[in-house]
Amino acid sequence: MSDIDIEIDGKLLKAKPNSMVIQVADEAGIYIPRFCYHKHLPVAANCRMCLVEMDKSPKAVPACATPVMSGMKIWTRSPKALAAQKAVMEFLLINHPLDCPICDQGGECELQDLSMGYGAANSYFTYGKRAVADQDIGPLIETEMTRCIQCTRCVRFGDEIAGLRELGAIGRGEHMEISTYVTHAIKSEVSGNIIDLCPVGALTSKPFRFTARAWELKQSPSIAPHDCLGTHINVHTRAGKVMRVVPRENKALNETWIADRERYSYLGLYQADRVTKPLIRVHDHWQETDWQTALNYTVEGLQQVISQQTADQMGALVSPNATTEEFFLLQKLWRQLGSSHIDHRLRQIDFSDQDSFPVFPQFDGSIADLENYSTILLVGSNIQKEQPLIALRLRKAVLKGTNIFAVNMMDYAFNFKIAGKKIAAPHEFIFTLAGIAKVLLPEQADLAEVSVSEEDRVIAERLRAREKSIILLGALALNHPQAALIRWLVHQIAKATECALGLLTEGSNAAGAWLAGAIPHRTAVGEKVKLGGLDAQSMWKQARQAYLLVNVEPDLDCANAVVAKQALAQAKFVVSLSVFKNPLLDCHADVILPIAPFTETAGTFVNVAGQWQSFKGVAQPYGESRPAWKVLCVLGHLFHLPGFDYASTEEVLQELKLSLQRNATTLPEVPGAIIQKNGVMKLSRLGEIPLYAGDSLVRRAHALQSTQAIIEGELLAVRMNPQTARELKVTSEEKIKVRQQGGELSLPVIFDKRVPPRALSIFGGLAATTELGELFGAIEVIK
Amino acid sequence: MRRLFRYIKDFSLWDLLVGLGLTGRYFFKRKITIQYPEEKTPMSPRFRGIHALRRYPNGEERCIACKLCEAVCPALAITIEAEPREDGSRRTSLYEIDLFKCVYCGFCEEACPVDAIVLTRNHDYHFENRVEKTLTKEKLLMLGDKYEKQIAADREEDKGFR
Repeated sequence: MSDIDIEIDGKLLKAKPNSMVIQVADEAGIYIPRFCYHKHLPVAANCRMCLVEMDKSPKAVPACATPVMSGMKIWTRSPKALAAQKAVMEFLLINHPLDCPICDQGGECELQDLSMGYGAANSYFTYGKRAVADQDIGPLIETEMTRCIQCTRCVRFGDEIAGLRELGAIGRGEHMEISTYVTHAIKSEVSGNIIDLCPVGALTSKPFRFTARAWELKQSPSIAPHDCLGTHINVHTRAGKVMRVVPRENKALNETWIADRERYSYLGLYQADRVTKPLIRVHDHWQETDWQTALNYTVEGLQQVISQQTADQMGALVSPNATTEEFFLLQKLWRQLGSSHIDHRLRQIDFSDQDSFPVFPQFDGSIADLENYSTILLVGSNIQKEQPLIALRLRKAVLKGTNIFAVNMMDYAFNFKIAGKKIAAPHEFIFTLAGIAKVLLPEQADLAEVSVSEEDRVIAERLRAREKSIILLGALALNHPQAALIRWLVHQIAKATECALGLLTEGSNAAGAWLAGAIPHRTAVGEKVKLGGLDAQSMWKQARQAYLLVNVEPDLDCANAVVAKQALAQAKFVVSLSVFKNPLLDCHADVILPIAPFTETAGTFVNVAGQWQSFKGVAQPYGESRPAWKVLCVLGHLFHLPGFDYASTEEVLQELKLSLQRNATTLPEVPGAIIQKNGVMKLSRLGEIPLYAGDSLVRRAHALQSTQAIIEGELLAVRMNPQTARELKVTSEEKIKVRQQGGELSLPVIFDKRVPPRALSIFGGLAATTELGELFGAIEVIK
Repeated sequence: MRRLFRYIKDFSLWDLLVGLGLTGRYFFKRKITIQYPEEKTPMSPRFRGIHALRRYPNGEERCIACKLCEAVCPALAITIEAEPREDGSRRTSLYEIDLFKCVYCGFCEEACPVDAIVLTRNHDYHFENRVEKTLTKEKLLMLGDKYEKQIAADREEDKGFR
């Protein structure tokens, strides 16, 4: 259909058919006041603030619910329109309290602004205003329901975007109230967005409550440090201190939303256990010192290990949330010192296919494109918790008609409808994929022993039949002990059905780590190293004499805390570049150098789709902490190594980009390990990382931690299927003892039908469960 | 003729006598010297002296930490930190006025929605240590308690003109 000509305020405009008047006006830069209308939410037309005059219409019409028609004439500032807007404003203010001075929204309130611009100076209403009881909806959002003007944006966000009917309108007219259907906390990982949506101060941020005013805050753009998307955020600072985080619009990545993890992780920044000064160990206790001494001590310590043993005895581990520049400088330093033992894949176990990996983990197409696939196969991912914003995209896709199939280790309830699922215990997980692969490749010899079920056929046919499909691999699949095999199978399926493939990696910058060479087998250019180093797991298992850890909490960030502890205990020299203190490092490290988190350093994150997104430091460094890239540069100088003269992160990035070209290597041609039944393992552990336990910053955000307890339920427990419990003769009241790799732990039992038979779900990434060792693997119950 | 008059005027010291006459008039007039500090001139209820933070009659502090005074202050003399108090209400955890910066314009008082920060009639104060230039919240509340009667009376008197 061709464009329609309409006229707004005398301007001739082209409009797309079926668009609303307010959309056309917004595009043309003509402002129409509104409360309930939001461009990413369905139209409700219940605030009536956007009334405008239309020719041939006796009454003013709402611009947000009036579709454009050819030859239509609209006046937004005519006396009739202004009178209508003024009247509506008076109605809205009837029940709105005059508590702007104590309202956190004061200064950034849409109602305040519009009543200044469109309202009258006084009101005819002289009666009592209504009051509405507040509700406690969790540790993240504060409610003040008397201020609500019933625009229902929050309700529509819950319904349409987040896919959870958390809030709803109860009652009618004067008695209408927004209320949670269940009075406890909002169980969503994107609930914080209703704070931004609320045009008044009815919903505000609880941790931010009363701490700053809108006019005191300085807004600086940044990139979120916890998801593989590189969500765009704005950081609000006051006197060099981060006060809150809000979304920054980016159509291709996060639209106008951000996850609660990104919004509230700043709460961890100024916790008491932040390292403020360089620390060195003197006679078994910590001593604060200056940077020069600490750096010299570091260099001496490492040099001693090199001279007494070899550089081969040094290992470096770095958090996947570090910036690309940090990865690059770390691998440069380490490789120039003569060691290739460097890795960022802390929670992964299976690296056998790493040589055939592309330059960085594959993700075909763009993030925004996810909406347009007709079939999506989700493999080993609790996507809503791992990547909340990609889950929102998938939900959008499902509403458009996409079929999503899940092959998982637990029957997760997503916020979108799935067309079909296959759930299996971790040790049987490989067969679920193998079944699908066999339907597509019946001749493959490796799959001879695999049996095929009806579901396999359905999924395989769907993938084959539809034009556009994609397979997404989540963190559970990537951290699985047979990850290489999973990747190989997925690759076979993708090849047979010609569908796209996407790896949703953990951390914010796994792609950057691959590109910058923070992997043992390739340098920054993606070139193969002659003598490959040890991967993250082998580095712990074949214990080194010296370790350099960059923002790693070995007990919580690594796949196997038990071996990490042993390795650290025997190491001669451990250097930790860290934002926070950690009890394990307090025991075993020799130097702790305070580094800056993402808000205080410049850097670049590369998201899964390969977009390079640079950001600048927005807050003042806390204490004596310094950006890690500067620390690494100085270490390079102190070792008298060439090529560490960088004045800024841009220079580091430039050097990296100059040498970088995307290789078109395809995914693993792993030697097809024959897939056969594994008779030994009877029971296996599923060690998922809880919602807000992914990295050191999130773990210290107290509001997120209390939300996690509400969303995830009891964290320290064994979840099992009632059927498994019957077989094990376990009842829900008792505590049971589980043993894994020698570690034993006594935990209460929770019956959970989402867990498949023959699997026990015990959360990883928690201090209390680290004794059990790896996140996956054989586990036994001893009573 | 004119010249003659000038000669007479010059030689008779006429101008001097006029000047002495003025001096003499004031010499015998009623004196208006005020024996400060024993005596004081009358003051306007709008006088802008040292600041004070007021309380409600029940003892609850008025200030709600809206920070409007901080925003309106042309000399940036006011510093406020706010946080929820134990009972959940919005209160300041820090309220400081730098007396060296303050220009006594009274904008803070005009901006205040709850009449918490006021300028009192007290203008003859001093301090001996540099740190005392900063009025802390405790001091401000203390001043408020001390002058409350006068403050309330002044606001009452000026009510009709606000």
